[in-house]
Amino acid sequence: MLKYKIERAPAPVWMRTLIPLIAIPVTFLITSIIILLDGANPITAYYHFIISPLAGKASAIEVLVKSTPLLLTGAAVAFAFNSGYWNIGAEGQLYAGAIAAAWIGMTLKDVPPIIGIPAMVLGGFAGGMLWAFPSAILKVKLNVDEVVTTLLMNSIVLNVTSFLLNGPWRDPVSMWPQSPEIAAGTVFFKLIPRTRLHFGIILAVLIIIITWFVIKRTSFGLKMRAIGLSREGAHFAGIKVNKTVLTVALVSGGIAGIAGAGEVAGIHFHLIDAISDGLGYSGIIIATLGGLHPFGVGLAALFIGLIDTGAQTVARQMGVPVYLGDVVQSTLLLVTLSLFVLQNYRIRRVK
Amino acid sequence: MHAVQMKGIVKRFADLTANDNIDFDLEQGEIHALLGENGAGKTTLMRILYGLYHADEGEMLINGTPAVIHSPKDAIRLGIGMVTQHFTLVPTLSVAENMVLGETGSITVNLPDVEKKVAAASERFGIPVKPQALIKHLSVGERQRVEILKALYHDARVLILDEPTAVLVPQEVEVLFDALVRLQNEGLSVIFISHHLNEVMEICDRITVLRDGHSVGTVRKVDTNLKQLANMMVGRENFGVTRQGQREKGRVELCIQGVHATDKKGLPSLKGVSLDVHQGEILGLAGVSGNGQAELSAVLCGTKKTTSGKVMVGDLNLTNAEPSAVCAAGVGRIPEDRYANMVGELSVAENLVLDQLDQFVNRGILDQEKIQENAKKLINEFQIKASPGDRVRTLSGGNMQKVMLARTLSQKPRVVIASQPTRGLDVGATDYVRTTLLEQRDNGAAVLLLSEDLEEIMALSDRIAVIYAGRIMGILPAQEATAEKLGLMMAGAPTLDRKGGVDAEI
Repeated sequence: MLKYKIERAPAPVWMRTLIPLIAIPVTFLITSIIILLDGANPITAYYHFIISPLAGKASAIEVLVKSTPLLLTGAAVAFAFNSGYWNIGAEGQLYAGAIAAAWIGMTLKDVPPIIGIPAMVLGGFAGGMLWAFPSAILKVKLNVDEVVTTLLMNSIVLNVTSFLLNGPWRDPVSMWPQSPEIAAGTVFFKLIPRTRLHFGIILAVLIIIITWFVIKRTSFGLKMRAIGLSREGAHFAGIKVNKTVLTVALVSGGIAGIAGAGEVAGIHFHLIDAISDGLGYSGIIIATLGGLHPFGVGLAALFIGLIDTGAQTVARQMGVPVYLGDVVQSTLLLVTLSLFVLQNYRIRRVK
Repeated sequence: MHAVQMKGIVKRFADLTANDNIDFDLEQGEIHALLGENGAGKTTLMRILYGLYHADEGEMLINGTPAVIHSPKDAIRLGIGMVTQHFTLVPTLSVAENMVLGETGSITVNLPDVEKKVAAASERFGIPVKPQALIKHLSVGERQRVEILKALYHDARVLILDEPTAVLVPQEVEVLFDALVRLQNEGLSVIFISHHLNEVMEICDRITVLRDGHSVGTVRKVDTNLKQLANMMVGRENFGVTRQGQREKGRVELCIQGVHATDKKGLPSLKGVSLDVHQGEILGLAGVSGNGQAELSAVLCGTKKTTSGKVMVGDLNLTNAEPSAVCAAGVGRIPEDRYANMVGELSVAENLVLDQLDQFVNRGILDQEKIQENAKKLINEFQIKASPGDRVRTLSGGNMQKVMLARTLSQKPRVVIASQPTRGLDVGATDYVRTTLLEQRDNGAAVLLLSEDLEEIMALSDRIAVIYAGRIMGILPAQEATAEKLGLMMAGAPTLDRKGGVDAEI
């Protein structure tokens, strides 16, 4: 009789980089079932999903537009995860950054872009940082689980936004729940005329490169990685764990905040309730898919941006609900995480 | 008649033989001690009896009939119960609920009925426990009683207790012993795993001593004494190591004064430890594991806070200092758990600089060249079999320890805290580590060596202190120390020696 035994045997290191690539086809197979249930052809659907958006120039640019905030939230989450700080609050920090940017945009009247744009970036960073602060300080001082607190902070900021838009910041002319338009000098300039592609993507790529440099090349980066890989080992080696984690948490929040500022200054020019539909949560998927490496995060953000754009194409072309994009994203996360766990096991035949 | 007979039991783990041809028998109605140092193979043997491990060779007879025990379920069916060091109770459930946990006889549980049965058993065996009480509200001693009761509830006739007194305060030990005597009067047999001589002599009828996976022999209590047991437990009286000559002592470099600290559970584990370590000497701290060594090492390494007392290095007060300060003060630390105290997923080169990053940084940016050079130099110097880029977790225990040694000793520490530095290492690596420690001493460092390996302590130390139950039992110059003297002190027996005798009571 043949028997099989599951045993722990960590896969080689190169396997880790392959996992996202294996995860994508597996995800497509699984989500095909849902597409079939909706009566559509999965192959056509996936053609529209990932090929169509890249076929035309306009839609290809739109993929970059969609990717801009994702690059930032992905980098924010990956930065925090590298030091073992599980920041689930990029969504809220993005909102806080957007609020701060909207306020700066409304307050500054006649500023040249050379002042206005940096002000928006710094404002977004500060807003995100501020929103990340309570969770970070609770973690460091009282060891309160940051997964819970950062998640809860997300709900709070949604209500704060709602309050602002339905109260003090409501547009006096249209009475729409949106803040007054930001000053012209604070708008992120366009990279290509008559498209939505703006300065934010340059900023995002820059931040990806900076986070890579910090994580991989600086002593601070080595410290944060050491903490993420073994808190005890890092503490024993004399690394100031709390100080480092606090800094990382705040910077992570700040980066997410810049994503929010970019959406205000580059896309909407107002603060609106729906400034993000889960960009922060997608950041978690992107960080995981990218193996927490900033360059991996860059690729993953572009891929998720593609899926987001593709979901709209599929919906338009085939009448499949646009939420399919969310389903694919979520399935991708689950598949990737499962693979990360499963790589530690192998099945062996025993006599 | 024998309740349990184990014949020729052999159990191997990879290249380690944990049990080597052990014979063991348990008579009905006796309390039988399994005595031995840590790693002697006591727990392994009992795990085989309880079905948690499978013997590679040998046979077992329960009540005279050959038995095959595949799992604890089989053991329970044969009337064997085991109380492990780590309890297996669900804190949020009641005592009665815990009794029937895992029973698969029926879907429904008649709780009042169970509670009645528990109360009856509690009464009969003299183990006071309230069936309705929630486990989380019970003390450690009470939880242990629940564990015993659980075994009895499942009709155990043979009870295995794995170091039952390790978690108890003295008063609770009394209660436990009373209960054991009661069980014995009811005709039950008890196997009592321990490394405390006094307890064994107090409660047991017969004693089987294990050492290094072998059975040294079984003796009846009435035929033996503390001295003989200590000898059986720690082995040869002469270690065949030439003693160090008398050495000139330097000034006191590490001064520990009246340090108190608690263990992970918050129970006091260091009760006023005072030690002086001089320049150019190795002070060996002997003791059976779990008597406060781990906590003392953690306190000195900066990873544990004291509740009172003082730690001085030279003129620096390092009481409750952070690891970074301890390191900066020139204290080299070789921790007990080398794996947990390194970052396994980082490379050898990175681990080698982790506690002295400032030396390898240029305006915040890592000086990769210098880091690699440092790694190459130390790998060569300390004969580490690895390349700089290898992840530390992929190294063998010996090489991992060499990485730790290299990182620590390359900084020329004035004080070295070495905790179980050769545990789990092969002969070659062990020799290397010991030679390195002697070199450190010769270079004038003050070395505190915490070890459970008496042979190691006696071979390396200039002076030997013994710790028992969080107190220093006494300090002997190495020339005067014999295995017998140390063994008795380690077992908490009153010291026969004039220099010891600080406090022999528990």
